[in-house]
Amino acid sequence: MGRTRRIPLPALAATSLVLVTTALAFVFFVAPNDADQGFSQRIFYFHVSLAFTAYACFAGGAWNAFRHLWKRDPRSDLRSYVCVHQGLIFGTLVLLTGSIWAKISWGRWWIWSEDELVLFLVLYLFYCAYFMLRFSVDPGPQRANLSAVYALFGVVLIPVSFAAIRLAKSLVHPEVFTLHGPNFGGWILVTYCIAQVAMLVLAYTLYRLELGAKRLDGRLRRLREVLA
Amino acid sequence: MLVARGLGKRYGEKRVLRGIDLELSRGGFLVVTGANGSGKTTLLRICAGLAQPTEGRIERDAERAQVGYLAHEPLVYRELSALENLELYGRLYRVPERRERIGMLLERYGLWDVRHDRVADYSRGMTQRLALCRTLLHDPALLVLDEPFTALDESGAALLDAQLAELRGERTLMVSTHDPGRVASLATARLELAA
Amino acid sequence: MTYARDVGALARKDLLLELRARDTLPAMLLFVVSTFVVFHFSLPAHPSRLAASGLLWVAILFTALLGLGRAFVPEREQRVLDGLVLAPCDRSAIWLGKSIATLAFLVAAEVVALPVYALFFRPLSGAAVLGVALADVGICAVGTFLGAMAVTTRARELILPLLFLPLAIPIVIGGVGSGAADSPGRYLGFLVLYDLLFAVVCWASFEYVVAE
Repeated sequence: MGRTRRIPLPALAATSLVLVTTALAFVFFVAPNDADQGFSQRIFYFHVSLAFTAYACFAGGAWNAFRHLWKRDPRSDLRSYVCVHQGLIFGTLVLLTGSIWAKISWGRWWIWSEDELVLFLVLYLFYCAYFMLRFSVDPGPQRANLSAVYALFGVVLIPVSFAAIRLAKSLVHPEVFTLHGPNFGGWILVTYCIAQVAMLVLAYTLYRLELGAKRLDGRLRRLREVLA
Repeated sequence: MLVARGLGKRYGEKRVLRGIDLELSRGGFLVVTGANGSGKTTLLRICAGLAQPTEGRIERDAERAQVGYLAHEPLVYRELSALENLELYGRLYRVPERRERIGMLLERYGLWDVRHDRVADYSRGMTQRLALCRTLLHDPALLVLDEPFTALDESGAALLDAQLAELRGERTLMVSTHDPGRVASLATARLELAA
Repeated sequence: MTYARDVGALARKDLLLELRARDTLPAMLLFVVSTFVVFHFSLPAHPSRLAASGLLWVAILFTALLGLGRAFVPEREQRVLDGLVLAPCDRSAIWLGKSIATLAFLVAAEVVALPVYALFFRPLSGAAVLGVALADVGICAVGTFLGAMAVTTRARELILPLLFLPLAIPIVIGGVGSGAADSPGRYLGFLVLYDLLFAVVCWASFEYVVAE
């Protein structure tokens, strides 16, 4: 069972706690107010770092999917699933924070003209379908294969959707609503970096937590079967 | 021809096979028996190459083109005729002199007169005979037959008996059956699966 | 070129099956025309070029889904897919043959649907028709692939729209654009790109969908 050089979970959890607290502190107390939007644009730090984290999770899911299909690594299927699951959790937060940001900035709960948000929505729907697929197939090699292939499709979808959404903008009369982040520099950059690292570490912690729980669950079931 | 060591198969958390060893040499005839639910079909699927074991190893000295598998289901299109089905498989398996071979098999198994009829209109016995034709079409070196006598009437069973006797020694056979007595005289080895 | 012959044999089999059953194509035709009528009542009169293009694509997409849901049903019955998977041919040939046949049905349905659309709403430009043709390739390639996946699940045809729609969004954008934009070239180019990219991905990964 040699898990070489793996960071123990309690240490990871503690680190996340520290980092998230630090990030919160920086976002609310250290970073300067934005000239246009004032205090309300603080949510930008979370929204962008969450989005990047979610993308990282989906990318992790796709990478493990690839490993499952190519290398036949038996642990990759579960890893891929947990990555995608985390991606969806963080993705939900992305959409929520995006919506809040839109409400703060423009008074509407949703904005179609913000490319990244729309792209994210499409991907979110895609990975929700991943879940429906996964729950609709009995556990086994087939479920692992189908999930892996679908996860890889998701990664291909990212640039394609991005290009498509950009194209779509010239069809519709462009709305004037956009979500501007503040100009990067100085403390803003520092705050963002802290927030980003915090989110990534948090995601990894939750990933390890869920992965461990699922593995334990599997082992327990197998044990029960042997004893039966 | 076929060697398996410590074969096991699990679907999710449900274990279907455990610790199977078997060795089938070229020209051999292995009979697989066991109660319902003992995993015969799963074992045969693995041996035919349709499923991968979750534990253990299996080595098969035959490519896909040399394997003939008779499943529980006939694996034919119900809306097509016998001829159309065999034509399709004949093409996919690149059977040489396809027309002649199809004709020969259909005649032998008494399906020549109904060759243009939809498989959906066949009786179960006739469908089983067609499934046998499909399995034998490309003259495979390794034949994996899952309860081949199912649904066959007396004449059909007699035809199959004759076919098996003919193939014995020339081809390698793996047959699962509920009625081991039927093929006892032909078998060179026997494997019993516990539930 | 045995690969081409395998694909041909499989595509011919699918066309033959549909010719016998004669249920999918008529259903698609009736569905698409009925959908147009529903749109007439559910949308304002004289829709703009953009709106009209949009509703054409909604109709095409859902008509395609109707046909795609049925694509692998004959293989699911009696587990015929096992028989095809056992055959020595490349597994991707199964996908390609089925896609070609499905494409034929979709085009056949559109041969009726597009003139009806022009009759009910507004005439179609050449670019729009080309957009439809290019999008059809993408729809059939991806849809057939996902159809094979869907058919192995418990939810079966129910899950196909869920899997397909996010992937279809870029197609719809490309199609609507080629019908409604002032310079449709970009959109047509995008559709070509989509088709190539996803066709390659489908072709390379179909093996994993049908074999363990």
